[in-house]
Amino acid sequence: MSSLPRWVLLPAGLGALFVVLPLVAMAARVEWRDFWSLLTSQSSLAALGLSLQTSLSSAAACVLLGVPMALLLARSEARATGLLRALVLIPLVLPPVVGGIALLYTFGRQGLLGRHLEVMGVQIAFSTTAVVLAQTFVALPFLVLSLEGALRTAGTRYEEAASSLGARPSRVLTHVTLPLVLPALLSGTVLSFARALGEFGATITFAGSLQGTTRTLPLEIYLQRESDPDAAVALSFVLMLVAIAVIALAHRRRSP
Amino acid sequence: MTLHLRAAVAERDVELDLEVAAGETLALVGPNGAGKSTALSLIAGTLHPSSGRVELDGRILADARTWVPPHDRRVTTLSQDPVLFPHLSALGNVIFPLRAQGMPRRRARAEAWARLAELDLADLADRRPSQLSGGQAQRVAIARALAADPRLLLLDEPMAALDVDVAPALREQLRAFLAERTAIVVTHDVLDALALADRVAVLEAGREVDSGPTAEVLSRPRSAFAARLAGLNLVTGRWDGRQIRLTGGEGVPARSDLAPDTEVLAAFRPAAVRLVHREDGLPRTVRTLAPHGDLVRVRTEDLAADLTPQEVAARHLEPGSRVRLAVPAADVTTYRA
Repeated sequence: MSSLPRWVLLPAGLGALFVVLPLVAMAARVEWRDFWSLLTSQSSLAALGLSLQTSLSSAAACVLLGVPMALLLARSEARATGLLRALVLIPLVLPPVVGGIALLYTFGRQGLLGRHLEVMGVQIAFSTTAVVLAQTFVALPFLVLSLEGALRTAGTRYEEAASSLGARPSRVLTHVTLPLVLPALLSGTVLSFARALGEFGATITFAGSLQGTTRTLPLEIYLQRESDPDAAVALSFVLMLVAIAVIALAHRRRSP
Repeated sequence: MTLHLRAAVAERDVELDLEVAAGETLALVGPNGAGKSTALSLIAGTLHPSSGRVELDGRILADARTWVPPHDRRVTTLSQDPVLFPHLSALGNVIFPLRAQGMPRRRARAEAWARLAELDLADLADRRPSQLSGGQAQRVAIARALAADPRLLLLDEPMAALDVDVAPALREQLRAFLAERTAIVVTHDVLDALALADRVAVLEAGREVDSGPTAEVLSRPRSAFAARLAGLNLVTGRWDGRQIRLTGGEGVPARSDLAPDTEVLAAFRPAAVRLVHREDGLPRTVRTLAPHGDLVRVRTEDLAADLTPQEVAARHLEPGSRVRLAVPAADVTTYRA
């Protein structure tokens, strides 16, 4: 700290201000008098409920698919894992709208898989399932990357000790590997939940904006922004509180 | 319970042929890179042999066609790092191998308690590994390894990380536990080898260079490493009936029943070495001086001598000093090379 030149404080302070000021500006615009009625309007409640439901489902899907992926990436020495890691990163840098288009051409009516599902009577596009798929698509890398890092840091010596004590690979996984990285698994899950909660681009492209079915909180805010700015600000404020809670949770987990 | 290891690892230039009989403890000693860890890895199942086989109790663990995974070998490793699972209590750590064997929860718990009590660890049962001292953690690791009921126990420098005042008590406990068990212990410590092992195998550059009963190997070493481990000077030469002619032509008086003209090894303690003024003393140059108990260990090119501080001071010995050394014939152990 003492070795830093003092002028660094200025740009650093400006940066912090740049992040905090908009949040303060928004919070200042909240209509506290109508806050509760704005939040409990029928469309707001529908969006809140849907967002909660789909984000929790996406977080669960991320755990189900992401944990095995992270295990493979961290433990496999095969050359293909490098490629797999690059592929997992794609949704992280891909514009969400592009992800939505890609999902549409996979699960949409005319899509690669969608047309076969259509024959079986299953329609995914523009349904709540589509929202979960879109959110899982963008949130998966968050879980995989944070868990893979933790697995690499934990190393393999506890696993080797466990198998030297006679534990089968499945037992080593459930009783040693996963408990050791539990904090990272929890914070990774919270992060992917947060990313799912904020998903906008892929959702509106792939799932559309049907109230109660696919119109999640971010979509509702975007639509209300012109017709009822006060409601948009109130809902934004709620999402901001969730974000702060998520950061607090993930941060506490990371520094025990 | 017998272990046969006759295997090679080409990329490490290791070629070993080891055998451990039922109930026997074998000490593996040798300089770094001699192949001790490779031997343990081959037996534990963390390394594939490039040729040869590993066999335990008549069951092939590894050869060209067979590969038994580590968890199925009944071979447990205890290393200098206890590697206790940090998310489990001391008791939970000991329960782990019992549950892995399929023991019901309640019985495993009772059994683990008994194991901890055996090592006077019952008071620490609920502690996390982070709340244990190094010696306590290593004892919990021993209880855990024994709970796995291995057919063969591998000890990789089990005492290396412990304080000198903790090691003796732990060594004594290990000695009791190993008495009836089949085990291999890798060590750098002559006390470990003496206390724990029935037999010693000395490895150098990936090959066994000496082996035999511990007392035999340590009193009549056949390798420079074993001699250093035993704290002895070791010279090679030819017995001429009166003295040992060293390779350089120097003579060391000794007593032996061996026939003259036999190639021999001779071992003697540094404390038996004296400084002399006689012409027939072995001429050497002092390399280092270091305290050794209440004596000073003076090292020359190939020999060590333990001298009193008074002698060292009177002769003004320092690195580079020229000395002549002699050993009384009665203190030299001579044996066939």
